[in-house]
Amino acid sequence: MKTRLMFAAVAALALLAAPVAAVTPDEQLSNPAQEARAQVLSRTLRCVVCQNQSIDDSNAPLAHDLRVILRERIAAGDSDEQAVAYLVQRYGDFVRLNPPMRGDTLVLWFGPLAVLLLGGVGVAFYLRGRTPGAISPLDAADEAELARLMASEEAE
Amino acid sequence: MKRLLAIAPVVVFALVLLGFMVGLRRDPSILPSMLIGKPLPAFALPPVRPGDVGLSSAELTGEPVLLNVFASWCGACRVEHPMLMRLSAQGVPIHGIDWKDQAADGAAWLARYGDPYRKAGNDGSGRAGIDMGVSGAPETFVIDRRGRVRYRQVGAITPEIWNETIGPLMAKLRAEP
Repeated sequence: MKTRLMFAAVAALALLAAPVAAVTPDEQLSNPAQEARAQVLSRTLRCVVCQNQSIDDSNAPLAHDLRVILRERIAAGDSDEQAVAYLVQRYGDFVRLNPPMRGDTLVLWFGPLAVLLLGGVGVAFYLRGRTPGAISPLDAADEAELARLMASEEAE
Repeated sequence: MKRLLAIAPVVVFALVLLGFMVGLRRDPSILPSMLIGKPLPAFALPPVRPGDVGLSSAELTGEPVLLNVFASWCGACRVEHPMLMRLSAQGVPIHGIDWKDQAADGAAWLARYGDPYRKAGNDGSGRAGIDMGVSGAPETFVIDRRGRVRYRQVGAITPEIWNETIGPLMAKLRAEP
C-alpha cells in the first residue's frame, strides 16, 4: 500500500514536470494576451541551433534571443503572421516547424499519401493475382491430357 | 506491362536509396541563406578594439570582402583562426563581427591569438548577426563590391573550402565590374 502510494506520488510529480518550457520570467510580456500569443507562436518556430526543438523548448542562447525578438514584434503591434514573417525573412522557411504548403513543398505534403496509394495499388494487384477466379479454364489440349491420365488410372 | 510491374519495386527501392544517399550526406546544420544575391542588412557596430572605428554595413562596398562572424567563446573560431591569419597575410580583405560577445573579451582574444581583421565591430546583443540569419560562429559571408552577399560559409573556412569554393569565388568577384 505504501509503495503504491509512493509510485502514485512520483507519477504525479513526473506529470507536473513534463510541460515546462524554456521561457524565463524576465522574457515574458506583461500583457497576458500578448504573452499567450507569443507562447503559441514560439511553439511553432524551430530553434536553428538545436533544430528539432521549438524555440519555446530550447535553452540555446539564440533561441532565447529569438523568443525575445518574437515578443518585441508582438508588443510592437505585429500580427502573428507578421511576427513569424520577420523571422522567416532572416532564417528562411526552416524556422517554421510546420512547413507552408506551396508548389515546392507539395512532395513533402503529399509524398507520403502517394507512397500509400502506390503501396495500395501494389497490394490490390497482388491479391487479385491470388484469387481462385483468376485461374483460366482448361483448353482442349489440357482436356485431352486429363482424359488420357484418367483413363490410364482406371486401367490400373 | 507485367515485366515492368515486376521491376517497379526495384526501381522504387533504388530511388529511395538515392534519396537517402544524397539526403544523409548533407550537413543539417547548414541552412540555406536568405541573403544570397541581396544587400547586407544595415548595421553600424561599435569597435571591438579599443580606440578603433567599428564596422558598418555601408562600408562594405568597393571591393569584394569576407565578413567573418567570430566570438571569444567560440571554439571552432580558434580552429579557423590560423587560416584567417594566412589569408589576411596574403592580402585578402577580411572584416570581423564579434557576435554575442563583450568587446573587451573579443579584443583580448584578438590580442592573444592575432588579428586578421581590417575592420571589426562588436555585436553584443547579436541582433546584427540575427538580421543576417547567423545561427552560430564561425560563419563567413562573401560580399561583392556592390555590397551584396554572394556566399555564406557555415562553420570554419578550411584550406579545402578556401581552395575549392571561396578562393575561386573571390577571384571571380574581383573580375566583376
